[in-house]
Amino acid sequence: MEIMLAVLAGALVAAGAYLMMNGKTLPYLFGLTMISNSANIIIFASGRLTFGKPPLVPEGEKYIQGAANALPQALILTAIVIGFGLLVFALCLAYRSYYVLGTIEMDQMHSSEPGTEANPQ
Amino acid sequence: MAETPDEPTITREAGIWRFIPAVIAALVTLWFTKFISPVANGQYPEYVVTWVESAGVSFAFRLDGLSLAFALLICGIGAMVFLYASAYFRSDRRLLSLQLTLIAFAISMLGLTTADDAVTLFIFWEGTTITSYLLVGFDHEKETSRRAALQALLITGAGGLALFAGLLIMGGIAGTYRISEMNLLGETFKSHEMYTTIFVLVILGCFTKSAQWPFHFWLPGAMAAPTPVSAYLHSATMVKAGVYLMARLMPALGGTDLWVWTLIPFGAFTMILASVWAMRQTDLKLMLAFTTVMGLSMMTMLLGVSTNAAIAAAMTFLLVHAFYKAALFLSVGMIEKGSGSRDYTKVAGLSRALPLTTTVVGLAALSMAGLPPLFGFIGKEMIYEAGLHSHHAAMFVVGAALVANALMVACSGMVAIRPFFFNDQQAPKNNPADPGWGLWLGPVILSGLGLLCGLFPGTIGYTLVEPMVLAVAGEPMEGYLALWHGFGMPLLLSVATFALGALLYFGLDHIREFLFRIEDDVPETERWYDGFLVAMGSIARNGSILVQNGSMTSYLRRTFMVMAILIWVALLSGTWTWPAFALSGELIDWAIFLLITASLSVVLGSSSRLAAITALGGVGAGIAIIFVVYGAVDVAMTQLFVEILVVVFMAIAMVKLPVTGIARFRPRDAAVAAFLGLGVTMSMLMVLGTDIDLSLTDFFVEKSYPEAFGRNIVNVILVDFRGFDTMGETAVICFAAMAAYAVLKAGRKVRK
Repeated sequence: MEIMLAVLAGALVAAGAYLMMNGKTLPYLFGLTMISNSANIIIFASGRLTFGKPPLVPEGEKYIQGAANALPQALILTAIVIGFGLLVFALCLAYRSYYVLGTIEMDQMHSSEPGTEANPQ
Repeated sequence: MAETPDEPTITREAGIWRFIPAVIAALVTLWFTKFISPVANGQYPEYVVTWVESAGVSFAFRLDGLSLAFALLICGIGAMVFLYASAYFRSDRRLLSLQLTLIAFAISMLGLTTADDAVTLFIFWEGTTITSYLLVGFDHEKETSRRAALQALLITGAGGLALFAGLLIMGGIAGTYRISEMNLLGETFKSHEMYTTIFVLVILGCFTKSAQWPFHFWLPGAMAAPTPVSAYLHSATMVKAGVYLMARLMPALGGTDLWVWTLIPFGAFTMILASVWAMRQTDLKLMLAFTTVMGLSMMTMLLGVSTNAAIAAAMTFLLVHAFYKAALFLSVGMIEKGSGSRDYTKVAGLSRALPLTTTVVGLAALSMAGLPPLFGFIGKEMIYEAGLHSHHAAMFVVGAALVANALMVACSGMVAIRPFFFNDQQAPKNNPADPGWGLWLGPVILSGLGLLCGLFPGTIGYTLVEPMVLAVAGEPMEGYLALWHGFGMPLLLSVATFALGALLYFGLDHIREFLFRIEDDVPETERWYDGFLVAMGSIARNGSILVQNGSMTSYLRRTFMVMAILIWVALLSGTWTWPAFALSGELIDWAIFLLITASLSVVLGSSSRLAAITALGGVGAGIAIIFVVYGAVDVAMTQLFVEILVVVFMAIAMVKLPVTGIARFRPRDAAVAAFLGLGVTMSMLMVLGTDIDLSLTDFFVEKSYPEAFGRNIVNVILVDFRGFDTMGETAVICFAAMAAYAVLKAGRKVRK
């Protein structure tokens, strides 16, 4: 499974990057989601995989031996939530930029670049 | 160039406060005079505050002959300039800002000339650069002023950087930044392998500041400043800083072949160049600016000669020049205020209408021409005396000085004879008259000093010149200041100078005509400067167009490319250890793998946006299953909720955003993406191939129940061990929600 996860992580990053370079806002957001998913997989797999044994201390005991690595899981939990926040904000920006700039083509959004008209707002 | 006269913005007349700076400067001058007698007796007051102890830098000041003379000039001439400015700008609302900037400049200059620490000196040096930028660009609404100010700033600023490097190297070699201690280590510096480097760096600083060729052009340009500023900057202060530093560091760096053969030729060349172009000028102030360049070059050349007599001549001339040049600048302002113009061709025969101005200009000009019994005569005699006894190129030095002095005689005639005598009265103003006391008091004192010092040279010699020479040469001055040195070569040369000068004056119209004609054909270093600025601008412009082309996708492409390259560099520079995992897995592994890859290909390839969004959810769900299978139950739950929300939000956004056509395949982007993805896969395999340190995990596993009383270790980590982290995360989500809300609710203007 480790090799599969490595391949999946790479594939997600590649697909994400490809979609982000598409130049339209919606595919860009798809790509963003994929890259954050890939990052989570990478962190998870880097902590090594343990099949079917969650890190839960059984009733009446103080420790658990040989359970899945708890630390990466805690990190990923945070990462997923933060990634979600980022995505929602980016989504709102995409929506907003369409209404203000009238385009979803990223290459036409250059009101802050040198040599172009000032921002319409 | 500054062909337009100053046009003050008229408002209400300023109050009595306008005299405060002049009074303070006068009081400070008086305070400094009490040091004259101790310094002349070899007691040098010091004031040291430890500053950066670890670097050996201190806030150190020391008052020796050279510093004291400069301090007196800066405060004394400063007092007159402040007074003059308060009259000159009496009805101008900018008077206060001018006064404040002038004070800041005077303080910088005072610090620069009294500092005994190389770093302290440099800071004040830069202070004069910045304040003079503000002063030269005082009429900032004029294009020419801004250009002149920027030119002065860039040239002296660049020189300042070179100087700083030179001073730091000197400090490193000497092991101290105290200039008085450095000056005791002259032999160490001169035999050190870094000597040439130090010399070039320091001299670059001095030459840019003191306007030596090829950096001379900024000084006449700086005449865009108002008259009081020009008088201050170009008589005793700003431009003399370079000369001051050469003199200051002379014991440490001076007297070598490199020193002699740099200072003499550059000084002599700039001197003659400047005095020739001075004759061409029509604006009297601009003419004086060129003679200032000449004066500075004369001092540079004399310091290059390096003998005791030459140093004495240089120091004497420094005082001579400060007196007559400040007086002349200020009295050109008097001509302008009195008659309405300072244009050489527009004023004539003013002696009856402006008797006081005529006297002041006449006295100062006589000193500039070097006629007895004025101080200028003594200076000139000493220059010839020093030139004749130079160990290097004596004839060259004397010849150059003779030509330059003769040209000065002609220039003196230009400013003192033509506007006042031998012609019918001619002036733009109907009733030309001498200006008020605020304007004439300073010039009268200064030109009077030129006469007094000429009549009683012994006093100024004992109080100022001899201590200055002692500070610069490191040994007492040979000879003394006197008006009459007997018949000899110097006197003969003086007579020759006057004869030649008179000849030049009578041929002035022809010479000016000739200079006008050839002006455009003469190569000017200012054009190099302009070319350099244009080149810098176009490099910056093209560079940013290249890097910042306005296309977001190209920024992204470059970002990904750089990321990929960094990953591959890290991979290829490390050692390759393949992980020992076989390409095998449980059935469920294969199922997940297939689900995710299939969903991915739908996202990438589908022409339906809804299908793509659904497939995106499939990818997320597949990852959630991975988490479930490999023991991350909480993570899986979160992932699933988030994925559902993502799909819902994306679908909402999809409805709001317009449909676009099917994207065609982009091979270049695909290549970049594949390169990056492959790098991620490879690096992950490498990571998995190494050993893992589980000590942190073990800590959490061991402490989770006994100390935090939680059986779900992941949750305990989140809410207990790393509780602050989770709080931060919550805050981030809140901010994102607020920002998203703001973005959605902000003004609903639509532009299609």
